[in-house]
Amino acid sequence: MSQYLFQQLINGLALGSLYALVAIGFSMIYGIVRLINFAHGDLVMIGAFSTLALVTAGVPWPLILVFVLTIGAIAGMTIETIVFRPIRGASQVTGFIATLAVSIAIQNSALMILSGQPRNFLFPAGMRQRVGLGGVNASLTDIVIIVLTLALIAGLFLIVYRTRLGTAMRATAENLTAARLMGVAVNRTILAAFAIGSALAAVSGLFWGGKFGQIDPLLGFVPGLKAFVACVIGGVGSIGGAMMGGYILGLAEVLFVGLLPQEFSGYRDTFVFLLLIVILLVRPSGLFVRQTEERA
Amino acid sequence: MAATQEVKPSNDTAVGTVVPRGGFIAAALTVLAAAAAVFAAQHGFSAYVVTLLALLFINAALAVSLTLTNGLTGLFSLGHPAFMTIGAYVAAILTFSARRKGSMLPDLPEWLAATELSMLPALLIAGLAGGLVALAIGGAVLRLKGHYLAVATLGLIIVVQGLATNWDGITRGGAGLSGLPRHVNVWWAFGFLVFVVALTWRMKFSSLGRAMMAVRENELAAECSGINAARLKILAFVVGAVLAAMAGALLSHLISVVTPKTYSVLLAFNIVVMVVIGGSGSITGALAAAAAITILSESLRPVEESVGLYGLSQVIVALCLILVLYLKPAGLFGSGEPAVVRRLFSGRKEP
Repeated sequence: MSQYLFQQLINGLALGSLYALVAIGFSMIYGIVRLINFAHGDLVMIGAFSTLALVTAGVPWPLILVFVLTIGAIAGMTIETIVFRPIRGASQVTGFIATLAVSIAIQNSALMILSGQPRNFLFPAGMRQRVGLGGVNASLTDIVIIVLTLALIAGLFLIVYRTRLGTAMRATAENLTAARLMGVAVNRTILAAFAIGSALAAVSGLFWGGKFGQIDPLLGFVPGLKAFVACVIGGVGSIGGAMMGGYILGLAEVLFVGLLPQEFSGYRDTFVFLLLIVILLVRPSGLFVRQTEERA
Repeated sequence: MAATQEVKPSNDTAVGTVVPRGGFIAAALTVLAAAAAVFAAQHGFSAYVVTLLALLFINAALAVSLTLTNGLTGLFSLGHPAFMTIGAYVAAILTFSARRKGSMLPDLPEWLAATELSMLPALLIAGLAGGLVALAIGGAVLRLKGHYLAVATLGLIIVVQGLATNWDGITRGGAGLSGLPRHVNVWWAFGFLVFVVALTWRMKFSSLGRAMMAVRENELAAECSGINAARLKILAFVVGAVLAAMAGALLSHLISVVTPKTYSVLLAFNIVVMVVIGGSGSITGALAAAAAITILSESLRPVEESVGLYGLSQVIVALCLILVLYLKPAGLFGSGEPAVVRRLFSGRKEP
């Protein structure tokens, strides 16, 4: 494999990991409460700035990872408790507007507190070097992102498919009322889904900063939208689908920029959203999921 | 408008196909009174306040036009900024001075580079362009429902922004077009608002509007009673897009600049807030909410600057919205018009 193609592949997988982490949480929350959570992308921003603050405070990296997961979980649970729980049962569109409002409030609060100035964000020097792998080489940052993401996703699958909490989550996603009648503590289960999904989004913020080297208060908006695209690719509501969708989107984006002539690279986001519209029209329930729910 | 109308018996209140003469007179008098107030404001207040007034009118027109698409027909579209951007660029390219166009926008075709139109034809062509784009994508996108439609139209904003940024031979890229002729003053904005409100009102209280509301409430039932829901949805989407494109053209000639980011997702959010707070489907509500939010955020701006907390007004607007969703999920006026307003403009009592 040529170095160029390998480099594109690793780059696409790393970007796909970021999207997958955001998309999984997005999809979990949708699956359980049927809410398109626009504020989900802003947890990426919260994760990135928390990391920056912790690095500045001199906390060692493994601990930072744990802290960022915790901060994300707390933020997600707070949003769910304060805003989304009181309007549960309202129409889909009302919920959607509320998440948009939360997103705008978070973004502008961050602008107020942090100012719009982008900040530099660096992983430790050891992580920024390149490593060789049999004739080709790749950035260590990308590899760490890919490996850690896989580990986190494996952990998530363990929770969802091997614990009582996971069973409760799947039951609630299947049928909220029936789950409640079976004695599932529905509100607590929903809270757990928000906590786990938001924690993953916050970690992707940590990775985001490390990969792109710069963060600003509005950085969450585009990942939030693209997480939605990833979910649609894989079938909204499915965790595995969201993960696959994230990887497909990351690879597609990198290949789009890498393989087409230079002058098309500005059209990257245009391409992503055209892809979204096409998939919504051709296969509205996603590439991997058979669903009967009405959306088109 | 009033020539073809006849007064129906007063018990026929459910299907309001007819606006009696009394309503027309009341509307004309209201417009005259409002015009007098605008005239007084123009001479009594500073140029800044008058510009703000024009901004308020255009925002209100946007909110009312979104009421038509989102409120009456129940299509949750966030695509307004996309159509505004299209309208703004089309109009800007048409009104820009032919001398500067040649050097600034090298990829324009010869005949377009030589054209320099005045505001009214440019405005109409802008509206037409927005409508055509809406027609082209509407057939596909409108098959989606609820928040899927919302996100697809949100994607449309990003697609249009991407085109405006990258097609720099025609749009001058991210820098945008600045120094547009200031063709628009407060009277343009006022006239546009009156036009939009009159059009929306006529549509709402006609068989067309009733059919739209039927589609919103239950599409299947509406189709069973002989309504062509698909055609109606495209109609509402296209009319909304035409009005949005015209508003974008007017706004960019008011502030004399348009960039790919001038009309962003934040704007879509703010217009939706106006519609939701007013009560989706209520014209009165959209007008009141648009006025309140424009005044609120503009009066908070000096506070923001003096305290150095940029973004404060937007946070407050977002919190207001969440509060309304808690306390009055249907908005201030629900889907209807307040009884007083209806009695005044339709000349009959509420059932």
